[in-house]
Amino acid sequence: MTAMTDADFRRAIRARTLRRNLWLAFLLLPPMAVMFIFIFLPMGSAVLYSVYEWDGLVRGDFVGLENFREVLFEPQKSKFLFNAFKNNVIVFVSVMVVQNGLALVLAMLLAREPKGYRFYQVVFFLPVILSTVIIGFQWKLFLNPVFGLVNNLLRAAGLDSWALPWLGLPETALPSMILVNAWHWVGFPTLVFLAAIHRIPKDYIEAARLDGASEWRIARDIIWPLMAPAVTIIVVLTFIGAFNWFEIPYVMNGLEGAPGYSTDMLGLLFYRTAFGSISATDSDFGAGSALAVLIFLFIFTVSLIFTRLLTAREIELA
Amino acid sequence: MQTAKQKNSSLDRVLIQIFLIGNAIIMLYPILMMALSGFKTNAEIFTRPFGMPSSFNLDNFKVIWTQTDVPRYLINSAIVTGFSVLFLLVMGTMAAYALSRYRWRGSIMVSLFFLSGLMLPLRLAIIPLFIQLKAMGLTDNPLGLIAIYTAMSLPATVFILTGFLRSLPAELEDSARIDGASELRIMVQIMTPLISPALVIAGIYNAVPIWNDFFFPLIFIQSPEWKTLAQGLTQFFGEYSINYGVLYAGLTLAALPIVVIFIAQSRRFIAGMTAGAIK
Repeated sequence: MTAMTDADFRRAIRARTLRRNLWLAFLLLPPMAVMFIFIFLPMGSAVLYSVYEWDGLVRGDFVGLENFREVLFEPQKSKFLFNAFKNNVIVFVSVMVVQNGLALVLAMLLAREPKGYRFYQVVFFLPVILSTVIIGFQWKLFLNPVFGLVNNLLRAAGLDSWALPWLGLPETALPSMILVNAWHWVGFPTLVFLAAIHRIPKDYIEAARLDGASEWRIARDIIWPLMAPAVTIIVVLTFIGAFNWFEIPYVMNGLEGAPGYSTDMLGLLFYRTAFGSISATDSDFGAGSALAVLIFLFIFTVSLIFTRLLTAREIELA
Repeated sequence: MQTAKQKNSSLDRVLIQIFLIGNAIIMLYPILMMALSGFKTNAEIFTRPFGMPSSFNLDNFKVIWTQTDVPRYLINSAIVTGFSVLFLLVMGTMAAYALSRYRWRGSIMVSLFFLSGLMLPLRLAIIPLFIQLKAMGLTDNPLGLIAIYTAMSLPATVFILTGFLRSLPAELEDSARIDGASELRIMVQIMTPLISPALVIAGIYNAVPIWNDFFFPLIFIQSPEWKTLAQGLTQFFGEYSINYGVLYAGLTLAALPIVVIFIAQSRRFIAGMTAGAIK
């Protein structure tokens, strides 16, 4: 064996470090490049585009915050923004109550492992895997006033006066869509909640039961506080989902939020502003980008606040 | 003899079952009616809305298979989903491997680079993305969709896979390294097979939303030859808007592939799709 000099040794180390760095670069550069080109570049450009005037696909002059002023304060445009915003808030609150409330009840019941509980899990989750487009069209057919399944059932039950044109009335269109959304998604929060309940150590619940605590008290005082992390995630996901709501209203009642903008959403308004529509105006990339920036800032800020507030009530299990 | 408490709990059990069965019916009945209506003629849908179809003839399905573009949409969706999942798993594994199996300066910054992608809603950047893809010749092109889906999926994929890769013991690589195996070989032949359950989870987590996506094809694909299933259905609905039997059959056919896979692999699906929300 030949003795290694200090210099040889250092050279060998350097060669090895170089080889390792090249290997790491080979692993990291392709995914980072894809992320940069298709996520960070467009996201950054969106901010930049919002301070320019646009003529179709051609960027014009720098206009500062003019596009923001237009969508926020010009009554002709801002009335759409505030109406859509109000509808998104309604969607968020209703989905929280109807869909996540039901999911919580279902999860609590399934956690007691009643007979057939694996079957129930699969059944409740089934609509979750289907495309929103399939769900939207399916329910559009079911809600058809003349031959739809819903009104047929109501008439068969003797409730003829209840057989309404559900998607045609401003009072019932949005609630119908929210219920369709709940039918589509309820399995998701149910199984997320269920997984969280299963992670609570069994002895906590057993001990309480031995002490004679009622099921209601166990649910309220043990399970509910200990499943807090799952609740945090579902609230934040519901919030983001509600303010990105697009597919269901688009498929069921079109881009204009019919009837009478009662189902208009920020997502639809953004799409109409950016790419134009029959009724509204031509495509306006400047105003569209301004809307995108505003929607993003709002979702980002409120998600952060929700996460802060909700994680504060989470309890670490020792 | 039953105590009061036991009696109470058996009543509980009955009430729970009634509630769960009621819910199961609400979930299943519409799907069943959609499938059954696909076998009906228009007249039957009007006269016998709840009944079984008079016969299980496949006329409506034949119309879809031979006279519409729905089969083409199915193939397009399969191509786009397949390649997206392939690319996102390969690239996701590469990134996660570099982040979890080596110690190097700056790895935290690169982790944050990937994680921050989780919070960026790409839909809101659709305008610059549109201009960019147009300049790159990727609009009306399945490659554009595949690139977007791969990029969008990388943050969650890297996140899921890093967790699994980190849990593998270092002895495995070390002994292979002593045997003179190259880093590439250690990664591909020794470490990656060990995380195959995680690859399945990450694959399902991303594949289902990609297969179902409607928004990006709506913006980026115009020509019918590259429309995907969810997007193509809107076209089909316009064309057959009064032939309800055919519409129901189309929906049933569109739902069929994923429902069959889900029923065969329900546990993996549920684990996969809730992976992002369960810590």
